[in-house]
Amino acid sequence: MIRQHLPALQVILPLLAAPTCLLLRRAGLAWLFATVVGFATFAIAILLLRQVLSQGDIAYAMGGWSAPWGIQYYVDPVSALVLLIVSGISAVVLPYAARSVAQEIPSERRCVFYTLFLLCLAGMLGIAITGDAFNLFVFLEISSLSSYALISMGQDRRALTSSYQYLIMGTIGATFILIGVGLLYVMTGTLNMQDLAQRLPAVATTRTIHTAFAFLVVGLSLKLALFPLHLWLPNAYTFAPSVVTTFLAATATKVALYALLRFVFTIFGAEYAFNTMPLGPTLLLLALLGLFVASAVAIFQENIKRILAYSSVAQIGYMILGISFATVTGVSAGILHLFNHALMKGALFMAVGAIFLRTGSMQLQHLAGIGRRMPWTMAAVVIGGLSLIGVPLTVGFISKWYLIQAALERGWWPVAVLVLIGSLLALVYVWRILEAAYFDAPAKPDAHIKEAPLSLLIPTWALVLANIYFGIDTSLTVGVARQAAGLLLGVQP
Amino acid sequence: MGKHLVLRLVAKIFIPLILLFALYVQFHGDYGPGGGFQAGVIFAAAFILYALLFGLDHARTVMPPALLQTVAALGVLLYGGVGVASMLLGGNYLDYSVLAEDPVHGQHLGILLIELGVGLTVASVMMVIFFTFTGRRG
Repeated sequence: MIRQHLPALQVILPLLAAPTCLLLRRAGLAWLFATVVGFATFAIAILLLRQVLSQGDIAYAMGGWSAPWGIQYYVDPVSALVLLIVSGISAVVLPYAARSVAQEIPSERRCVFYTLFLLCLAGMLGIAITGDAFNLFVFLEISSLSSYALISMGQDRRALTSSYQYLIMGTIGATFILIGVGLLYVMTGTLNMQDLAQRLPAVATTRTIHTAFAFLVVGLSLKLALFPLHLWLPNAYTFAPSVVTTFLAATATKVALYALLRFVFTIFGAEYAFNTMPLGPTLLLLALLGLFVASAVAIFQENIKRILAYSSVAQIGYMILGISFATVTGVSAGILHLFNHALMKGALFMAVGAIFLRTGSMQLQHLAGIGRRMPWTMAAVVIGGLSLIGVPLTVGFISKWYLIQAALERGWWPVAVLVLIGSLLALVYVWRILEAAYFDAPAKPDAHIKEAPLSLLIPTWALVLANIYFGIDTSLTVGVARQAAGLLLGVQP
Repeated sequence: MGKHLVLRLVAKIFIPLILLFALYVQFHGDYGPGGGFQAGVIFAAAFILYALLFGLDHARTVMPPALLQTVAALGVLLYGGVGVASMLLGGNYLDYSVLAEDPVHGQHLGILLIELGVGLTVASVMMVIFFTFTGRRG
C-alpha cells in the first residue's frame, strides 16, 4: 500500500514534519526528528528512482482528482534524479547540522531552524515531483520563503541585508514565473504540464505565448542565478549559517535549473524554444560569460565562502552551457553536472563549515597553516577542489568530459577550448585556498585549533567519497542523465 | 482607562461580533463565500484591534506567543492529517470521498476539516506577524 503512495509521501513527510518540529520545543529532539525524516525522504527517493527505472513513469493523482483537472505528481527519470540528489544532500547535511547549528544559532531559534529546513526541503522536493505548472510555483515559494528566513539566521548582521536582497530578487523572479504561468493558462486553459505541452503548439505563434516564454525563462534564470542575474547569490551564500549554505548551494539552484528544463523542454518543447525563440545563442553567450566573469571574480576574493559562491555561479554556467546545445549529449551533460556539482559543492561547503567551527573565520589569511591542524578537513577540501577543477577520477571530470564531447559533437571546438580554459581559472582559485592552508606560515601559532569533530567529518567525507565513487562508476549517473535528456528532447535514447 | 474611552467601549462591543462573524465565515464557507483564509484573517483582526486599543501586553496575556506558535503548527498538521487519514482509509492523499460512508458526506467533512486547519493557522500566523512587528524594540 505504501508503495503506491510514495510520490505523495516524498513531499508530505517533510511538509508535515516541519510543524511537528515546531511543537517539539527541544532543539535536540527537533534535530533528531528532522534527521530521521531526512533519511526517510532519501529512502523514498531511492525507491522512486528504482521504480521509475524498472517500471517507467509514475503518476499520482492528488485528492483522487484525475490528471488535467486535479494536481498530478509525476515522476520520470529527470525528476527522480533531482529528488535523489536533493533528499540525499539533506540526509547528509542533517547529521552534520547538530554541531554546526549548536554553535551558530541561538538556542531559542533552533526548533524554528529545523522547521524551516524541513519546509525548504519539502518545497524543493515538491518542485521536482509535481506535474502541475502552478503547483510548481507554490512549492517554489515555499522553498524560497523558508530559505530567506534560513539565510537571515546567519551570525553576521550582514546576513539580514543579504537575505533581504535575495528576498527582493527572488520575489521578482517568482512573480515573473507566476506571470508566465498565468499567460500560459490564459491561452490554453490548463495548468497540467503534459496537457500544456499538447495544447501549446496550436497557439504557439501568438505574442502572448512568446511573452510567457520570456517571463518564465527570465524568472527561472533569476532563481537559478544565471549570470548576470546572480547578484543575490554571493552575499546570501557568504553570510548564511554553514549548514544553510551547504544545503542551498547543493540544491536550490539545481532545483530551479530543473524547473527551467521542465518548462523549456517538457512544456514548450525544444523545437519552439531553440528554433522559434532564440534560447540557444542567448544561453550559450550568458553561460560562457558567467563562467569567465564569475571565475575571474572568485580569484580575487579574500573570503573562502565567497570564493566558492562565485565558483557556484561559474559552475551554473557549465550546466546552462550543456543545455544550450539542445542535443542529447549536451542536455545530459547539463543534468550530469547538476548532480555532480551538488556533490562537490556540498562537500566543499561542509568542509569550510567545519573550518569555521574551529577557527571562527572565513578569511583566507586566517586559514594560514590550517592544513596541519585539520588534516582530514583540508583533505576533503583538496578532493572537492580537484573535483571542481575536473581532475580525472572525480565527478568534475565526468561532467567536463561529456560537456566537451557535446561541444565537439556540434563542431563548436572554440566552446570546448573555452571550457578547458574555464577549468584553469578554477585551478587558480582552488590553488589560492590550498596555498593558504598548506604553504603559508600561520601568523600566530594557535595550538588550540583541533581537527573537526567526527559528527562533521563523517558527513563531509560521505560526500567526498561520493565525489570519487560517481567519478569512477558512472553507470547510474550517466545512464539516468542520458535517459532523462532523451526524454526531455523527445528522442529515444 | 483614561484615553480613547469611546474607542475602547465601541471596540468592546465590536470584538465579540467580529469573532462571531469570523466563525460564520469559517463554517459557512462551503455554502457561501468565505472559508478558512478569510475567517482566519477576520478572527485575527479582532485581536489586533484589541491590541491596538488596550496595548500589546494585555493582548499577549490573552494570546501568549507560545500558544500562537502551537496553534499555527496544529492547523497545518490538521490539514495534513486529513490527507494522511484519507490515505489510511484507502484513497489517495487528500481524497475526501473515503472519509465517510457516502462520498458526498466525505467530501463535505474533508473540506470542513481542512478549512478549519487553514483558519487556525492563518489566524495565529496573522497575530504572530502583528505581535512581532509591534513588539520590536529600537
